[in-house]
Amino acid sequence: MIRVKLPTHLRNLAHVNGEVELDIEHIGEASMSTVLDALESRYPVLRGTIRDMNTGKRRAFVRYFACEQDLSHDPADTPLPKEVIAGDEPLLIVGAMAGG
Amino acid sequence: MSGVRVLVGTRKGAFVLTSDGKREDWQVSGPHFGGWEIYHVAGSPADPDRLYASQSTAWFGQLIQRSDDGGKTWEPVGKDFTYEGDTGTHQFYDGTAVPWEFTRVWHLEPSLRDPDVVYAGIEDAGLFRTVDGGQTWQELPGLRAHGTGPQWQPGAGGLCLHTIVQHPTDEDRLFIAISAAGAFRTDDGAKTWQAINRGLKSDGIPDPDAEVGHCVHRIAMHPSRPDTLYMQKHWDVMRSDDAGDNWYEISGNLPTDFGFPVAVHAHEPDTVYVVPITSDSLHYPPDGKLRVYRSRVGGNEWEPLTAGLPQENCYVNVLRDAMAVDSLDEGGVYFGTTGGQVYASPDAGDTWEPIVSDLPSVLSVEVQTLS
Repeated sequence: MIRVKLPTHLRNLAHVNGEVELDIEHIGEASMSTVLDALESRYPVLRGTIRDMNTGKRRAFVRYFACEQDLSHDPADTPLPKEVIAGDEPLLIVGAMAGG
Repeated sequence: MSGVRVLVGTRKGAFVLTSDGKREDWQVSGPHFGGWEIYHVAGSPADPDRLYASQSTAWFGQLIQRSDDGGKTWEPVGKDFTYEGDTGTHQFYDGTAVPWEFTRVWHLEPSLRDPDVVYAGIEDAGLFRTVDGGQTWQELPGLRAHGTGPQWQPGAGGLCLHTIVQHPTDEDRLFIAISAAGAFRTDDGAKTWQAINRGLKSDGIPDPDAEVGHCVHRIAMHPSRPDTLYMQKHWDVMRSDDAGDNWYEISGNLPTDFGFPVAVHAHEPDTVYVVPITSDSLHYPPDGKLRVYRSRVGGNEWEPLTAGLPQENCYVNVLRDAMAVDSLDEGGVYFGTTGGQVYASPDAGDTWEPIVSDLPSVLSVEVQTLS
């Protein structure tokens, strides 16, 4: 089970409170790409809000953090940290600090 | 009991303001979609309970929201605005060629006849349409295929298609405007388009009377006289009496002819409203006085309307989509400001009252007249 923390606007869109818990097949190989696939499958309204719905490219003002590291620039199929895969640490999807 | 519903888009959410036909007491609902930029909220003329809203942020992109109950509840619908085919390029600010890229929906124009049909004007400039109530959107690519596309360049707000005007009876005729390309018309249901900018003169472009490149800010039409169009250009207030084939200036005695919105009274096709703004570098009213100007004779002769509007220390702007009229017997006029005020006049502009005075910066105002 992967724990995902969404920013406020996306929690509101998806009508969720707190963390999202995702069960993913082949969890030992889970990557940003497979997590987002699962997230968007459960909450179709989030398609296009985190990554481009056609190209899959991360939106410029969205960042991915976990275990005090910035995963935003890793290739999307990079395996996630083992603490995230074990459910010990959440994967943070963050709206970049910019503007007002 | 007649009434009005004012649909307000702001930089931090949407608001729905309602009143009975007297337009004295108002109920305020919102913010809807708090924290998101709401470029436009529009209601279907064919079903007043059907509303559409354009919701976006730079962070999380574009959504379209739809209401089937007059704005009480909303559901997100389709948001895939993928251009048709090879997009080619347009000009960037510095004149270099850049590919078309979707940024946001500026304007939603529901069909006059079918609540499931809506036109959307987007940035980078393109025209889209849904025929299934917003679930899916298809580009009408004939506009970008107009041979001048590579010459189009963005205004300060981006290369945006911000104005869509429907002919009241001829479904195949549409008018659109793009900053900064100009005005275009289709007579065949958006398959082909012609630039309709003859008579415009813009000192900010290399050839002041070029076929395209003009920063048209807004076009308005009265449905009883669909060949007459009024235009607020970057500078100059213009008029056409032949469906845009030729334009002539009607700025007349305005204190400045820079501005953004233009609107026509619901029952008087010669009564036109504009909000003069000092200049393109000073986006606030002249002398700190917020004045709507009204012409009762189709332009050139303008009178300032000031009763109830601030006449000192006012430095707000009124954006292109932020003025609208109702069609009650005594026609009302409404506008919103970048300072968060929405003003209403129940008497054609003679007197004004703020409905609300402390909203986020107002991007758009639409009015529905309810029976």
